Amino acid sequence: MNERGRMGMIGLIVAEGSLFAVFVVAYLFYIGKSLNGPYPKDVLELPIFNTVCLLSSSITIGVALRALRSGATRRSGVWFLGTIVLGVVFLAGTAREWYRLIVEHGLTIGTNLFGTTFYSLVGLHASHVIVGLVILSLLCVFSFSGALRRAHIERAEIASWYWHFVDGVWIVVFTVVYLVGR
Amino acid sequence: MSVLADTMASGRGAGAHRPWLAVLHDWVVTVDHKRLGVMYVVSGLVFLAVAGLEASAMRVQLAWSGLHIVPPATFNQLFTMHGTTMVFLVGIPIVFGFANYLVPLMIGARDLAFPRLNAFGFWAFLFGGLLLYFSVLGGEGLYGGGSAPAVGWFAYAPLTGRAFSPGNSTDYWNLSILVMGFGTVATSINLIVTTLVMRCPGMTLGRLPVYVWMMLVVSGMTVIALPPLSAAQIMLLLDRFLGAHFFDTQAGGSAVMWQHFFWFFGHPEVYILMVPGFAFVSEIIPVFSRKVIFGYPMVVAASMAIGLLSMSVWAHHMFAVGMGAPLNAAFAASTMLIAVPTGIKIFNWVATMYGGRIRFATPMLFACAFIFQFLCAGLTGIMLAVVPFNWQVTDSYFVVAHFHYVLVGSLVFTIFGAIYYWFPKVTGRLLSERLGRWHFWLFVVGFNVTFLPMHWLGMMGMPRRIYTYPADRGWDFWNLVASLGVLFQGAAILVFLVNVVLALRRGERAGNDPWDAWTLEWSTGSPPPPYNFETVPAVGSRRPLWDLKHPDDPDGPHE
Repeated sequence: MNERGRMGMIGLIVAEGSLFAVFVVAYLFYIGKSLNGPYPKDVLELPIFNTVCLLSSSITIGVALRALRSGATRRSGVWFLGTIVLGVVFLAGTAREWYRLIVEHGLTIGTNLFGTTFYSLVGLHASHVIVGLVILSLLCVFSFSGALRRAHIERAEIASWYWHFVDGVWIVVFTVVYLVGR
Repeated sequence: MSVLADTMASGRGAGAHRPWLAVLHDWVVTVDHKRLGVMYVVSGLVFLAVAGLEASAMRVQLAWSGLHIVPPATFNQLFTMHGTTMVFLVGIPIVFGFANYLVPLMIGARDLAFPRLNAFGFWAFLFGGLLLYFSVLGGEGLYGGGSAPAVGWFAYAPLTGRAFSPGNSTDYWNLSILVMGFGTVATSINLIVTTLVMRCPGMTLGRLPVYVWMMLVVSGMTVIALPPLSAAQIMLLLDRFLGAHFFDTQAGGSAVMWQHFFWFFGHPEVYILMVPGFAFVSEIIPVFSRKVIFGYPMVVAASMAIGLLSMSVWAHHMFAVGMGAPLNAAFAASTMLIAVPTGIKIFNWVATMYGGRIRFATPMLFACAFIFQFLCAGLTGIMLAVVPFNWQVTDSYFVVAHFHYVLVGSLVFTIFGAIYYWFPKVTGRLLSERLGRWHFWLFVVGFNVTFLPMHWLGMMGMPRRIYTYPADRGWDFWNLVASLGVLFQGAAILVFLVNVVLALRRGERAGNDPWDAWTLEWSTGSPPPPYNFETVPAVGSRRPLWDLKHPDDPDGPHE
């Protein structure tokens, strides 16, 4: 089962990568093609805190798996919970950013091409974070209830690959949207 | 129907006569790869009949100049639904249905790696297809085809924008294909994992049947090339429902971007459909020539080369867009390059037949016609890769002729060959050879009479997607000939249906191995039991059944 799970997750990640690649290409292609403002350089701020939270969640999930491997299921549950908190903080940061953009700067998905590509790319990533949080919540609950034990380490590991993928995509999104596109 | 009922019942090992509700329930909840494979192929054939009727209606309208049988708006819906149906509801489900059925049997496995995911893939496809056809009832009801989409199977922007396609017709197209796309990607991942992880002892990658190798390549192409279509469709959804501007040229968006995204999927898609056709004949030709496939490593390598190159040729659909000379030249070159591995395969098949003891059973007849017609399709393909020539005939009936030689003359022919070849395995009964020959010859004649004249119509300047044409162009005669060919094709399909019904009712019992074949699926029962193999098979060469039948001269030392 585990070999199947590993290969299946790799297949899913390749397919998702291909999906994201098209949105990234679209973002890059439409940089500077907006006919009216607001433009990225006027309204975008670097989400440093957000990025630190999301990237460090890749470390905390690793620690959780390590605890699970040594049989400390409660400890792994705590670390899964920490990972969830970091993911939720990231989402809250995105929500705050969107609120600021929509309410203060009047930038919506229909305002211009920047809004179109920005909300769709960042939104696609955020929706993947939400799916990842659902998976993490299951891992967390099952750790505390005792249903997730050392024997399941490989399955939990496969689930963690998805989270690492979501993190990796954020590095690309961050580079494209906040560094190249600004 | 009794055999079919037996087949259904044997899935549970129950008695011959179960109440129909119980049988239906079994089929709906099944996760068995064989049943899902059968459901894929049968629903694909039903959609083939629907798409064929749509095409026939168009040929009636075009049979002579100035006819007014089909109104123009309905004609647009007809060619949109015909193209979309043939690619997504006929080609994809039939090739993946066969893979569902055959891959686990050929590699000696119990099922696919993720049986429930497999069921998800099938139902996503079926309900996606039903959603597409619900559009005929949606909106204005049956009047003028309801709100069936009318934007062409490639749905070019900006025609798909809210301003030019009001209502929900384009959304039916968009959502149904989005749903089917998720199912197809899931099934592809499933097939890859199955092939890499679930092989029986001794079934090394170097001993995989060529069919399995090619489906591995096809699944890989699907996983990489289909999500871009889904991405573009999500963008189109955002454009249409949330007022985004991806393809909205009024707000700086780019209509050409849609073409790039669509064809980045669309051209690999041609190979996603065609390589399974290659895979069918690569199993059929050796068995009916009584020889091993010529140059197994080259066939496999050529398939991989096609898989890789297919990602680099998409913009040859866009020579008329005005990409500029450097891009045109690059895509013309890559397109000509892909003819090399494809040509290698034709030589492999011909060399396999050369010096063999050829049996012209129906599957072999279809395979032979495939080689010839596919060669024609390939040659016109190379002509179309020449940019100046392409400019002359772009969007003309020459292009229509070319891709129907690919998708009907090659793919549909190999599908029929595959059905005649594997039908005995699936049902336990042989299809009649006599009716099979009638089917074959009617179809060869009908297909060529319909599509060969389209080359000339295209050269004479007849554009695609027109619902009628003036009388003074000299197009009438060949259009009439093309339309008459449809009668032969329709007759061929009717013969096929009769053949299937008769075979199911009182066809000759097939036994395990009616063709004296060599791959693992022929070593188990016909139809195979739910568990496929009583004991896990062990394989020592590329032709495990040859080894079993000729213990004195096994294949292994010769490979």
